[in-house]
Formats: sequence, C-alpha cells, structure tokens
Amino acid sequence: MNWQWFHRLGSPRWFYQKTSVLLPWLTFFTLAILLVGSVWGLAFAPADFKQGNSYRIIFLHVPAAFLSLAGYYVMAIAGAVGLIWRMKLAFVVMRSAAVIGAALTFLALISGAIWGKPTWGSWWVWDARITSMLVLFFLYLGVIALQEAYQSETTANNTSAILTLVGTVNIPIIYKSVDWWFTLHQPATLKLTQASTIHPSMLYPLLTMVVGFYLFYALALILYTRAEILKRECRTKWVAELCGVDVNNKISRA
Amino acid sequence: MSNTKFYLPAPSAAAGFVAMLNRDLLLSYRHKGELANPLIFFLMVITMVPLGISPDPQFLASLAPGMIWVVALLASLLSMDVLFRSDFDDGSLEQLLISPQPLYFMVLAKVLAHWMVTGLPLTLAAPLLGVMLALPEGGYMPLCLTLLVGTASLSLIGAVGAALTVALRKGGLLLSLIIMPLYIPILIFGASAVSNAIDGFAIMGQLAILGAFAAVAIVLAPIAAAGALRVAING
Repeated sequence: MNWQWFHRLGSPRWFYQKTSVLLPWLTFFTLAILLVGSVWGLAFAPADFKQGNSYRIIFLHVPAAFLSLAGYYVMAIAGAVGLIWRMKLAFVVMRSAAVIGAALTFLALISGAIWGKPTWGSWWVWDARITSMLVLFFLYLGVIALQEAYQSETTANNTSAILTLVGTVNIPIIYKSVDWWFTLHQPATLKLTQASTIHPSMLYPLLTMVVGFYLFYALALILYTRAEILKRECRTKWVAELCGVDVNNKISRA
Repeated sequence: MSNTKFYLPAPSAAAGFVAMLNRDLLLSYRHKGELANPLIFFLMVITMVPLGISPDPQFLASLAPGMIWVVALLASLLSMDVLFRSDFDDGSLEQLLISPQPLYFMVLAKVLAHWMVTGLPLTLAAPLLGVMLALPEGGYMPLCLTLLVGTASLSLIGAVGAALTVALRKGGLLLSLIIMPLYIPILIFGASAVSNAIDGFAIMGQLAILGAFAAVAIVLAPIAAAGALRVAING
C-alpha cells in the first residue's frame, strides 16, 4: 500500500497550499447552508405549541452541543496521531480543535441557559446533560491551559496530547456517572424530550443547521489551523515567500 | 579480554518496586512536617464549614457526607504536586527513566507510597471529622470504606496530572485544573454511597464501582503517567 499521502499530510506546507484551493468553496457552502437553515428555522418553521417562539434557540443550541462533543474526538484523534506518528500538523489541529471545541461548548451552555430561563424559569439547573457539558468545558479548558503553560512547543504538544487521551477514556465514565447521579438526586420534573418527538417542520431546518454547523466546524478548524501553522512556521522560507519577504536578501544579510 | 563486558544482573521489577516504595516512604518519614499538612488542611477546611454555613447539627448532618468527600479530594489533590517534584529537581527522575525496571512499576510504587502517607491517613481521620460535622450513625463505616478505595483512585489519577505538570515551575494550580474534572465520577459514587448508607440503602453497588475505578486506574494511570514523565524529561 502506498502511504505517501499519509506522510504528505504531515507537512504543514502541503496542508496550507491544499486548503487554499478548498477554502473559497467551503466558505461558500457553509455560509449558504447556515443562511438557509437559520432563515428557515427562525422565520418559516412554525412556533411551538407550548414554548412559543422561544424554542427557536434549538437551531443554535443543538448543533453547538453536537459539535462540542464531536470536537473532543477530533482533538483526541489528532492528539493520538501526533503522539504515534510524531506528526507536526496533527498537534496543530489538536490545538485548534481545543480552542474551537471550548468555544462551542461555551456557546451550547450559554444558549441552553438562555433557553432555560423562559422554559424552566431559571438560568441554571443541575440536570445531567448540562452538568456533563460543564465538565466537558472544563476538560477543554484543561487542555488549553496545559498547552499554554509550556514554553517548549514539543513538550506542550506531547503533554496536552496525553491529557487529551486520558480525558477520552474518562468522558464515557463521567457521562455515565453524572447520568447516574442525576437519577439519584431526582429533582423537579423537567421535560427535555422534545428532541425525539420533534415535528418534521422543525426537524428539517434543524438538520440543515446541524449540517451547516459541521461545515462551519470544518471551516473554523481549517482557518485556525492555517493561522497556527503560519505562527509556528514563521521562520521558514515558504512562509516568508508567502508574505512577500525577499528571502535571498534576508539570507545574504544573515 | 578488553572487549568482554561484565554486567551485574539487573534487579527484578519486584525488587525495584520494593526498593522504590521503601525509598519514598523513608523520604516522607524524614520530612515529618510535610506528612501532617494534608491532614491539617482537611481539619481546617472542615472547621470552616460550620463557621461559614451553619452550626445547626441537623443541617450539618445532611451536608457531612459530601463535604467530607470534597475536602478529602482537595487535600489529596493539593498533596499531588510534590509527587515527582523533588525527584525531577535533583535528577533522580532521569535515573528512574534509564533504570532497567519498567517505569510502570516505578510509578506505581511512588503512587502507592504517596497514597500510604496521604490517602490512608485521610481515611483514618475521616470519622473524627464526621463527628465534628454530626455525621449520622450509619455513615461512618461507608465513609471509611469509600475513602479507602476512592483515595487510591484519586492518587493514581492525580499522578498523571503531577507527571504532566512536573516540568513546570508553577504547576500547582494547573494540576488542579486539569485533574479535577477527572475526579468527578469518584466524588459522585463516594459521596452518594455514604448518603445512601445513612438513608438505609445498600451501598455494595457504589463500592463495586469505586473498586472498578481503582482497578482500571491501576492498569492505565501509571502508563499515562510514565509517558508524561518521559515527555517531561525528553521534551
């Protein structure tokens, strides 16, 4: 089997050049689908029988929550690839996924709180899912904090990759135990079951938004990774050429 | 015969484990002041609970299981930072890495020694603090049992965090940040077992789960910690 493509993937320069071609298309589709989904969901989908218009925040809340969970696995897989094959690019992706994932988790928590106020009458409820999301947010913050703490790039990469993997083992355990804790501490009855019984007129715009968010995630990840690559590779020749610096002049002076 | 080399046979992994355990226990014995610190912390924070909330025994009794567990967790966490620190500073950690014994057993021995001087005393002191917080009658035995099993997992998971932050000058707060989310399952099962026992329910389920956590942590945590130590030394 030819593994050349895999090794090429490890080159930040190759990634940067390939994504330059892809970016305009991806941006166009992401914006188009997000626009269609949000207009459909916010303006054309019918109002909910019980919650009125306040339910419309699910078009933001649900995709953000999906992506914040999926994003952890993107980060963990990138970390594992980086640790196993010593691939520079994988660490850059891991770093980008951590920041974007933390932002999306935060968005899911905030939009959930805003939704909770009119629906449940309080900003914050110690529900199992909310608590797990909060813990997930902490895990993301831990990875970012560890990455920021080290001066040496290699050490920062390796340590945060190990932490990411330890977190991956723990996520199902944390999720299950919080779930179990919730059933023990039976609080006032909450109804959070609309998702399964959702009407198609609301489901289709929601699915559109989920697809849009996945594309948006990919776009954000690529953009962040590209910026991070430029930052980390700022001393290399190809980045200098990209920025229009006269390399020969620099070298002759050095 | 200049090119014949003689090697002393390397001590077995078990011998290395015992030697490491002895060394770490001796080191902690020689720093007796530090031995008492987690316990004093435990006692002081528990003293603040009635002062800050309410001295009403009934109210304290409902708070006691969770409060004792949270403070024991914090005491164990705060003592984690020193696990590899002095070895990293004086170079013993590098010797440990190049020693012929598997790093897994070396880390396990260090964690065991650490648990014996922090987790075990915390467990033994817990009933006393239970009395201070008016813990109901049925809660003492479950409190000790869950702490005994739970602090072992806490030490093992904390060792991963200690290894990840050992190369940092000021790793203490960061260690807490990265490790606390991983402690949540243990806190949930430990504290709920004690409350359940007080309410007269069976606690074998929670104890079994805490035991399962400890078993998984014994297998996996030293591997992660050993990997993190290699990174700390080699970059």
